[in-house]
Amino acid sequence: MEAILDTLSWICLLTGGFLGITGALGLFRFPDFFTRLHAASVTDTLCAGLIILGLMLQSDSIMMLIKLLLILLFLAYTSPTSAHALAKSALHSGLKPEEHTQGGPSSSP
Amino acid sequence: MLFGIYSLLSAGFFVNLDAVDVALTEAAVGAGITTVLMLGTLALTGREEQRSSHGALLPLLVVTVTGAALVYGTLDMPHFADPSAPVHMHVAPRYIEQSYAEIGVPNIVTSVLASYRGFDTLGETAVIFTAGLGVLTLIGSFVGSPSTRKQVAAMEHHLVLRVIAKSLIPLILLFALYIQFHGDYGPGGGFQAGVIFAAAFILYGIIFGIDRVHQLVRPGILQVLMASGVLIYGGTGVACMFLGGNYLDYNVLRHDPVHGQHLGILLVELGVGITVSAVMLSVFLDFTGRNSLRSEEGR
Repeated sequence: MEAILDTLSWICLLTGGFLGITGALGLFRFPDFFTRLHAASVTDTLCAGLIILGLMLQSDSIMMLIKLLLILLFLAYTSPTSAHALAKSALHSGLKPEEHTQGGPSSSP
Repeated sequence: MLFGIYSLLSAGFFVNLDAVDVALTEAAVGAGITTVLMLGTLALTGREEQRSSHGALLPLLVVTVTGAALVYGTLDMPHFADPSAPVHMHVAPRYIEQSYAEIGVPNIVTSVLASYRGFDTLGETAVIFTAGLGVLTLIGSFVGSPSTRKQVAAMEHHLVLRVIAKSLIPLILLFALYIQFHGDYGPGGGFQAGVIFAAAFILYGIIFGIDRVHQLVRPGILQVLMASGVLIYGGTGVACMFLGGNYLDYNVLRHDPVHGQHLGILLVELGVGITVSAVMLSVFLDFTGRNSLRSEEGR
């Protein structure tokens, strides 16, 4: 039982860490504000969620489990909202998404 | 932006050093309120610095002399983190050993902040109050004419933000009250709680429009609250004097020194929380009120 919980939590933590790194990579490599925002926000929410899930599997008491669950709920609430607010304010101040990004079969003129 | 990131990283390594109270204050004030107020200031003043009209030689001289005097003053101090320094030999062990017996509060940080070093905290509260007063004097009260207030854009038609804000703001206020009154047992205290309380109102103002916040808190009430927090703090000290002890000697407040300390710490933390939240909210409302005034004048 302990071994199962341990391996599960290790998988969650490592996946969360990997997602964090790829999110940061996406921040650097994507060409446009909106694609960068998409990369950062999606991977960031999932990264924090998986790390908290991994910590929940390793928690000692029920109080710690409930507190981590509440933190997870709060993050699930606010992290996508802040990305939404960023995108909305960017659109509001006139930033337009790029029409033709590199590659893809549909980018014929 | 960089200030906010720096504050968040500082909060991270404060947690690493086991200084959770300081980390909470740093995260709330540095990464939260200061970023909002800094953005408000940038909106008021613009991004480029003005060319200064006088030369740079005399200020450089003054700064060099002052800095040299300060460095000379520190030459006599013990080495950084020296275990045989007087602070670590006499002051810190006394606090750690005697705190629970004398004050009865599990969180030693709160007992040092509010009781052993109560004068310093009184000074900090007075500094925050003076900062709020300074902003009020420089920018003027945030009471604009009704037409200026209508021009501030309300985000009422953004459904996602409205729903999320409506469900989060009561929780933020509740959390602020929890931190305020739980400072004795866990990380917390007046400063963090005041900042988070003001942040809830600022969020409401950003999402639903500043004139709604003006309807909630009249201009006079915030100014009265700013002053009454410091008054509560100083008044606790005077009450201790009336009851026969020294200024801010909480032992005489109740029948029993430990209960007296509890009551004293509760009162002064309340004073701190009230002043901090009123000052933060008033500074934010000053900035936004002034901004809308400028946009009306056509600048």
